[in-house]
Amino acid sequence: MRFTDSNRLTRRQALKVGAAATALPLVHIRSGRAAGKLSVAFWDHWVPDGNVIMRKQVDAWAKQHQVDVRADFITSNGQKNILTIAAEAQAQTGHDIEQFPTWEVHNHSDKLEPVDDVMQQLTGKYGPVNNVCEYLAKNKQGHWLAVPTSTGTQNKGPSARISVLKEKAGIDVQAMYPARPEYTAEQDNWTWDAHLKAAEACAKAGMPFGIGLGTTSDSVDTAGALFAAFGADLVDKDGNLTVKSDKVRQALEYGQKLVKFLTQDAVSFDDASNNRALISGKAALIWNPPSAWAVAKRDAPKVAADTWTFQAPKGPAGRFTPYLPFFWGIWQFSPNKTAAKELIAYLMQADNVQARCDAVAGYDIPPFDSMLNFKVWEEVEPPKGTVYNYPIRPFHKATPHIAASPAPPDIAVQIYNRGTMPTMLAKLQSGQSVDQVIAWASDELEGFTR
Amino acid sequence: MADGSSVPVGAISSAGATTQRRSTLKRFSQRRSTIGFLLCLPLILLVAGFVIYPAFYAIYLSMLNKHMTKFIGLSNFTFLLKRHTFQLVIFQSCLFAVTSVVFKALIGFVMAHLMHNIPGKNQRIWRGLLLVPWVIPLALSTLTWWWMFDPSYSALNWLLNKIGIASVPWLGVGWIARFCTIAVNVWYGTPFFMIMYLAALKSVPEQLYEAAAIDGAGAVQKLLFVTLPMMRNIIAITVLFSLIVTFADFDIVRILTSGGPQDMTHVFATYAFQVGIQSGDIPLGAADSLFMFPILAVAAFFVLRGVTRRSKEIAA
Repeated sequence: MRFTDSNRLTRRQALKVGAAATALPLVHIRSGRAAGKLSVAFWDHWVPDGNVIMRKQVDAWAKQHQVDVRADFITSNGQKNILTIAAEAQAQTGHDIEQFPTWEVHNHSDKLEPVDDVMQQLTGKYGPVNNVCEYLAKNKQGHWLAVPTSTGTQNKGPSARISVLKEKAGIDVQAMYPARPEYTAEQDNWTWDAHLKAAEACAKAGMPFGIGLGTTSDSVDTAGALFAAFGADLVDKDGNLTVKSDKVRQALEYGQKLVKFLTQDAVSFDDASNNRALISGKAALIWNPPSAWAVAKRDAPKVAADTWTFQAPKGPAGRFTPYLPFFWGIWQFSPNKTAAKELIAYLMQADNVQARCDAVAGYDIPPFDSMLNFKVWEEVEPPKGTVYNYPIRPFHKATPHIAASPAPPDIAVQIYNRGTMPTMLAKLQSGQSVDQVIAWASDELEGFTR
Repeated sequence: MADGSSVPVGAISSAGATTQRRSTLKRFSQRRSTIGFLLCLPLILLVAGFVIYPAFYAIYLSMLNKHMTKFIGLSNFTFLLKRHTFQLVIFQSCLFAVTSVVFKALIGFVMAHLMHNIPGKNQRIWRGLLLVPWVIPLALSTLTWWWMFDPSYSALNWLLNKIGIASVPWLGVGWIARFCTIAVNVWYGTPFFMIMYLAALKSVPEQLYEAAAIDGAGAVQKLLFVTLPMMRNIIAITVLFSLIVTFADFDIVRILTSGGPQDMTHVFATYAFQVGIQSGDIPLGAADSLFMFPILAVAAFFVLRGVTRRSKEIAA
């Protein structure tokens, strides 16, 4: 386009434009996304509605704070979430906030921004978090490296077929763990010995317990709860090997009896095998969050209507229910740490946690005891109250537990991910003696403590 | 210019033209090599970025301590060699790779011969069908196998039960699980051997067989003294290539057994993933994965030396 005399800028017009331009910075223009950018890698929830509600909450916060937030949902299938975390830690770039599964906070502790201020704010409002969260998210100096979240966090107590346990093992699980705040006499009798007798009775009736002896987390968590109930730590909190103790021997002697009543292919179980065993009507009891029940509700409604979730049995050292938490952490390389902390604090407000918990039919377990009274666990059905006892409530007299604790986390992560405890049970099942198993474990553990 | 030092004008112009032509040619050749280099540059950069750099980075990582803060030399390697589990991994990796490659080579050889004798159009159909296992993405086909071996819904056990045989814990007992991982690898890799051997068979001149027949050679003698010598280089290269790929295999073991039961199917790659990524010890995982390198380097040296020697013999 050529300038002609008619569209040439006059001196007067130029002065007007200049004056307007000078005045511009004085006018506050509230444009979208004025407070920067933030990217978050959330765990891709098993329940599709879990992602929808999360996106909604993030969008609401982003709009309110004028932050451009990008939310990615990364699946744990094929451990893609762990691979993403490892890659971002190496590359020192990626998302600002990452959702860390169980051991990943300690695996990357030197690359995470402390979040003591967020935790101070949240614990001040909602009370303390449980012991497992402290163990997994605090460093040696006592600083919080990530915030325990409810999203994806689960308990893995027993989920059993009501009719099968009643008919074959004489245990009325609904009476033992009713859908009301009550510690019954039957609960007191729900011990690992009672568990063994029930496993034997159900196995003889052709409905064995679907307990895996593989190396994936369901197998590890169940074995961890068993060892903990006998006080059988493989490594103590100071990193000393304690595998040759009487308590470990006791746990293994019990395991030697239990494995006889598990299926021969229990060693090849992965985290989906026990779900399938329950849903297909082949198992009387599994140790799992209510995801198996949720799938059964869709695919095998009769099985779902006959399923009841409750707490772990009691052993000489107490009642320990497997607890697998997720955390939200902020990378040190994040350019927008303040906004990241604000978003995490916002998402952990009770009303947001409850909305997410409702959306996933109670699958998510909040880290704060004060949040364990949501209505969703009373209302979910069929049968009504099936997951009432899924969260660990104060009257359950149970302790959340992560397998391999209280060993120092850098050792515990290896015990957990190598599946040392279920492998010990698998060796018993294959006919090895307790002494042989202890000798093998001792050799393995020495390698972990290098 | 009566002293004889004079040079005819035509000669000067001719020499000048030659020099000029030479320098132009030189420039041209230089330009060709420059163009060639530039054309190869993307590939060189890809190889440098995705092969050479990661390889050296892995070597660097393998010499760091767990938190990657201190150089510890070869300590990770010596530590691994002392571990009973890792000794098991070495044994299993070798068992998995060698057994798989031997079976793939044998079955592929037989299938190539069978295929070679199918006439005309039918051969193309069979060739296409038999290539299917090799064409399907390995992760997908292994998942299908996993469903067949699955503890709860095993199709194989269903069939066995139908004929009155008890269920087999396919992935639950060490040696059976090892057999399963090797069987899936053989199923997947045999078509590659078949197609390579078939190509080699087709390149054997028919006259050699005719000459052998005139000399009174039977089928076995033709196989031993004509076919095999003519295929030796292809067999060697195919075995080497397959050995490298099989040693580095991850998908089959990861999907079928994750290294279980009781670590009895772990190979270098799956163990490296478990130690490096899952347990947060990346240097140890890197050291583990580098153990493949010397084994494969030795194999490659001997195989390629044999190929070169035979090529020279043929040329002579």
